[in-house]
Amino acid sequence: MDMKRCEVSGNRHPAPLHMFGGLAYASRVNPSQPMSADAYLDHAATTPIRPAALAAWAQNAEQVGNPSSLHNAGRASRRVVEEAREAIAANLGVRPNDVVFTSGGTEADNIAIKGLYWRAIAENPGTSTLVVSPTEHHAVLDAVTWLVDNQGASVAWIPVDSQGLLDLGWLSDYLAVNAKDVALVAAMWANNETGVISPIDTVAELCAEYGVALHCDAVQSAAWLPGPGSWLRGPSAIAISGHKFGAPVGIGALVLNGVTPQPLTHGGGQEIDIRSGTVATALIAAMAAALDEAVRDQAADVARLSGLTRELTAALLTAVPDVVINISDAQRLPTITSASFPGCKADSLLMLLDAANVACSAGSACTSGVPRPSHVLAAMGLSNDRATSSLRFSLGWDSSSADIDALASALPAAVARSRQATSRATLPRSKVRVRP
Amino acid sequence: MTAPMRVIAAMSGGVDSAVAAARAVDAGHDVVGVHLALSKNPQTGRDEGRGCCTLSDARDARRSADILGIPFYVWDMADEFSEEVLDDFVAEYQAGRTPNPCMRCNEKIKFAAVLDRAIALGFDAVCTGHYAQVVEEATGERQMFRAVDPDKDQSYVLGVLTEGQLAHSMFPLGDSLKSQVRQEAQERGLLVANKPDSYDICFIPDGDTAGWLQNRIGSAPGDIVDAETGETLGQHEGAYAYTIGQRRGLGVKVAPRDGKPRYVVGVDPQSRTVTLGPPTLLNVDSISATNVRWTGRAGTVANSYFAQVRAHGDPVQAVLTAIEGDGDDAAMTVELAEPIRGVAPGQSLVIYDGQRVVGSGTISSTGSLSRASPR
Repeated sequence: MDMKRCEVSGNRHPAPLHMFGGLAYASRVNPSQPMSADAYLDHAATTPIRPAALAAWAQNAEQVGNPSSLHNAGRASRRVVEEAREAIAANLGVRPNDVVFTSGGTEADNIAIKGLYWRAIAENPGTSTLVVSPTEHHAVLDAVTWLVDNQGASVAWIPVDSQGLLDLGWLSDYLAVNAKDVALVAAMWANNETGVISPIDTVAELCAEYGVALHCDAVQSAAWLPGPGSWLRGPSAIAISGHKFGAPVGIGALVLNGVTPQPLTHGGGQEIDIRSGTVATALIAAMAAALDEAVRDQAADVARLSGLTRELTAALLTAVPDVVINISDAQRLPTITSASFPGCKADSLLMLLDAANVACSAGSACTSGVPRPSHVLAAMGLSNDRATSSLRFSLGWDSSSADIDALASALPAAVARSRQATSRATLPRSKVRVRP
Repeated sequence: MTAPMRVIAAMSGGVDSAVAAARAVDAGHDVVGVHLALSKNPQTGRDEGRGCCTLSDARDARRSADILGIPFYVWDMADEFSEEVLDDFVAEYQAGRTPNPCMRCNEKIKFAAVLDRAIALGFDAVCTGHYAQVVEEATGERQMFRAVDPDKDQSYVLGVLTEGQLAHSMFPLGDSLKSQVRQEAQERGLLVANKPDSYDICFIPDGDTAGWLQNRIGSAPGDIVDAETGETLGQHEGAYAYTIGQRRGLGVKVAPRDGKPRYVVGVDPQSRTVTLGPPTLLNVDSISATNVRWTGRAGTVANSYFAQVRAHGDPVQAVLTAIEGDGDDAAMTVELAEPIRGVAPGQSLVIYDGQRVVGSGTISSTGSLSRASPR
């Protein structure tokens, strides 16, 4: 590259970002230190790619061919997509034609929430109410908030108990009176922060009884619930995300049942006109391979990871006797443990554990990287102190006892140090943003 | 070389703090980069010209940390910043004073809230890209000196640090010229090497302080009067929009009788009166300051020093004539060898012994041989 451009001082913009020290991107792809944690306990954020998925991706990434093209290469690519669609549908127990591929869970959630809302009010302008659990992922919550702020929607929040479980009595009463005004109900299958599992079949029955659409975010549960080929057919729409079960990031799906959301993007009309954009053959093949493996190993993995989670809980209690496991009294995924560390601040504790090469999560982070206090824990009625002292540890398909051991050995010093830091802090800490 | 320490490098996303962090790494320290989120609603704009607080600045800081191979976190200091800096900024203007929010941020956030947290988390020091030099004397005492680059010297805004804070501070750029720092950033492959400097108050990126204050405080109209005749020259929407020494944007249509420029010579928050007058009324011969902090060896009454009242103002020879009280409540008075113009209460007085920072205080009143009473 022309180095002279970089040497000009003064108020010039930096060198083009794809150039670096005179080297093109490809020659510096490998960063100085490949990262591998001693304990990777953040599988709910993303889980390692499964070798079978990587192989399926690589095999198809080498093939040219747009699945929408009408020639031989296009047809070959389309065949890969459709076979993957069939495999995914079979593993979930749904119809192939109901699987709409998306870029991931967030897009699937957005299509369901906005697309079904628009469809509902197009048919009946009076149906402008969204009935939503306050513990949903931001992909659902913020889509709902956007509709309220910009499209005249209103929202009714479903009350939740101390475990984050929906108040089904309230929902039944609410729908009995207001069903005619409701565009859709949104209730996630398993919560991404706590792992708590909702009785989604009961929710679906209620919605069916009142003729109301139900969107279910199954992003965290898809690999673990409910069993091969036995997906419930109750929800009108279900969102899944490939990289949560071993596919690459960038692929997900919306599974539809008797509803047609309006599209968010307009273009080539791919994916039954619901999600325009070139269909991602290699990613879809990889997701099918990952789900195949996840479903094949499901029973064994659930048993094994339940055992590991018991080990993790025991390790937490040993290392920090006053630790509080945030879900004590409800069924949860075999993989997610949310725990509160009295006297600690989650962001400090996360940083100290990171320094000890233990990767976990403090809930979600905003764009610049500040941990956000959990709206899920707040909705469960946890105090600000409890919520801001909570970490999430999540296991995945390749977790082992070594992860738990590394956490157990790093935790005591990190907790002690974090407590010291909290007790020295003299200024007020950020307040939990309570939703609703 | 000093023994390796665990260091938090405060990284704004600008070139200075990135090179400072790089030098701390080179010196063998165990460095962790931290970007301070000071706003609850960071600006999403991708304006390249700023130096802190936007999402693109957070990204720039993160990328510099990547290139240095150090861990990086964003620390949420928005509540602390709001309470200690923004609220104080508004309150000071409402009280008719002219605060320096950068000094306040150094005093209360960077070298207090951040440093406290760093130390509690097991770190030894905070490293920043400020231009100032810290020298450890044979006695182990640390003293702060002006930076080598006179155009970038930031010892003034650090004059608010105490000895204790200084003991845990690291300013690796004090011995360099800004041009050298940019050159070094280029050589290190830091993408921010040519990023423009930031000059404005970070939370008022458009530079319209009066407009920002008006949004917060609202309208508080009052009279603009002539200092010499007592005549009312006009009305204003808020005395907080005026600062002593200000010449432009006075909002007065009546032409001065003598045709010479008029300046703000007084702001009275109680009566909301803004007084205008000739520049001679701005002359100040003595300055009293409260909240005195000694950065290094304390000042001694009757000794001669240099006084400086703004970040890039010229230092003026001055005699320290009085120190009263101690601790946070200490006050001091200096008498200037030659008058300086436009000194507003709320500004910081920093006194130097040659190049060495002695200490600072918040200006409470000024005196003038040509004026009857201090204001």
